[in-house]
Amino acid sequence: MSSRVIHAIYNDDDVLMSAVKEVRAANHHIEEIYTPFPVHGLDKAMGLPHTRIAITAFMYGLVGLCTAMWMMNYIMIENWPQNIGGKPSFSFFYNLPAFVPIMFEMTVFFAAHLMVITFYMRSKLWPFKEAENPDPRTTDDMFLMEIPVTGDEKEMTAFLESTGAVEIKITEKH
Amino acid sequence: MYQFSSKLKTAAFALMIIGALGIGWGFLSAPSTVEEAKEIVAHSNDGHHGGVGSADAHADSHADEHHDASHDVHTLHQLQNRPWSAVYVGIFFFMMIALGVLAFYAIQHVAQAGWSIVLFRVMEGITAYLPIGAVILFAFLVLSSLHMNHVFAWMDPALVDPDSPTFDHLLYDKKGYLNVPFFLIRSAIYIAGWLWYRHYTKKQSLKLDAAAEGDLTHYKKTFKASAIFLVFFLVSESMMSWDWLMSIDHHWFSTLYGWYVFAGMFVCGITTIAMITIYLKSKGLLEYVNDSHIHDLAKFMFGFSVFWTYLWFSQFMLIWYADIPEEVTYYVQRFEEVKVPFLTMVAMNFAFPVLLLMNSDYKRLPWFVVMGGIVILLGHYIDVYLLITPGSVGAQWKFLSVEVIGSMLFFLGLFIFVVFTALSKSPLKVKGNPFMKESENYHY
Repeated sequence: MSSRVIHAIYNDDDVLMSAVKEVRAANHHIEEIYTPFPVHGLDKAMGLPHTRIAITAFMYGLVGLCTAMWMMNYIMIENWPQNIGGKPSFSFFYNLPAFVPIMFEMTVFFAAHLMVITFYMRSKLWPFKEAENPDPRTTDDMFLMEIPVTGDEKEMTAFLESTGAVEIKITEKH
Repeated sequence: MYQFSSKLKTAAFALMIIGALGIGWGFLSAPSTVEEAKEIVAHSNDGHHGGVGSADAHADSHADEHHDASHDVHTLHQLQNRPWSAVYVGIFFFMMIALGVLAFYAIQHVAQAGWSIVLFRVMEGITAYLPIGAVILFAFLVLSSLHMNHVFAWMDPALVDPDSPTFDHLLYDKKGYLNVPFFLIRSAIYIAGWLWYRHYTKKQSLKLDAAAEGDLTHYKKTFKASAIFLVFFLVSESMMSWDWLMSIDHHWFSTLYGWYVFAGMFVCGITTIAMITIYLKSKGLLEYVNDSHIHDLAKFMFGFSVFWTYLWFSQFMLIWYADIPEEVTYYVQRFEEVKVPFLTMVAMNFAFPVLLLMNSDYKRLPWFVVMGGIVILLGHYIDVYLLITPGSVGAQWKFLSVEVIGSMLFFLGLFIFVVFTALSKSPLKVKGNPFMKESENYHY
């Protein structure tokens, strides 16, 4: 299989949206789309699966909650149950209200931070990562659709031009 | 146009009749003498909840005859309060739903929300209960002022009479605020303010329906009235909660109480909007309401359930942590006497909505929202019960009793009857609102 790709560049998100629908209707595989800002509904038009990051966040939250409960039960109740200001350190539940603020914050802390780290890992983002931007204009005002070349190049170019692309390039995929 | 179905009407009347019988039974079985009260307590002692037993143990430990006698009178008053307090819970709960919806309605106008216009008539239908509910509530307050019951113990003039043996110094210091004439005048002012806004906006809403295309006079009038009402509402709601609920425990005070009551009424109001919307949609009458609207309402149910829990916990935890005797008695009493409903209520109003309404997809399923809504409404009914009952009935409480259930059913029937009658009086879709198109096309 050739590693050549077509870069179709659009200058309007509405044109891009209808182009995506046409390209998908014509059974071409869209490799990637680069946009300067989130285009509402683009993921649905491309048929991308739903993100599961909310589910991971929920589970991370549970981990945080359990961590907080285990930690305070061990420290305050099991390891050294001191009488501090008359608080009932006989069992975890007797002293539960005093632990709730920490349980809450730990739940939020774990859910938020681990979810963000998950996001970075899944989308392969880190400092000193080399930018994968095929065309610098896509961070400013242009929308770029990348389609692998299959079959006749000329036919595909003509088809993409008919969808409203303002510029079409064929390059080697890097 | 909605037609009040005869089936629902029959159901509403059936609820009212059954409820009225239950309430009547409650009043008839209330004791009128100390002897009868003693007998009732002795009866319910076998195998009933721990509260009664501990109250008796308390009485036994004081052999002193005078104390015993005053204890018996106290028990008599508590038992006599039982049907009154049960009725008051029903009155307040359904009134607060209508009031919560009214506040939500005003917020939608002031915030110029674009999604909720298609639900305005449902909200107006629910707030139609407010005039009736608030007037019944006021009548209850008048009856209490006339010493028909002891729900508001502070109304007893002997407590503030320095020569009386039952003189209450703490209450005497609050006399400037807690006295019957001022109390009734204040209550009348709150109710009048709410009813004025409800009446005014309903009128403007109908005028906007009939107005020429592009004529926004009535829309703007509603906007201004809503902004003024919200200022009035926040003050009156807070004072209303001190007067009508907190004064039942007249030695106790809490600063965030008004917000706490507000959060409860708000979440109940939104839940009721969601449930009635789903009901009308299932009849095919609200075809322009899509699942994004339901989703938004469910998000509000979720969010305000959490907000309610936040306030509940903040109030509880601050008092528990500081453990100052004059404040902590409020919770000591609730933990000793009504522990099971007290903790069940928190689980119903927090854990259940949080776990069930967290998932975005579930919030779009009508039956899921209805199930969650039923639990939230029942949970808040118990919440209102626990705001009123421990202070008026104390250890003699009985949640699953004829008068409590009867009162719940009676006011539910009345609520359904009034709300659906109001819904059938005007078209279910408002006209002329500049955000109507946005609301109809709303998608999340």
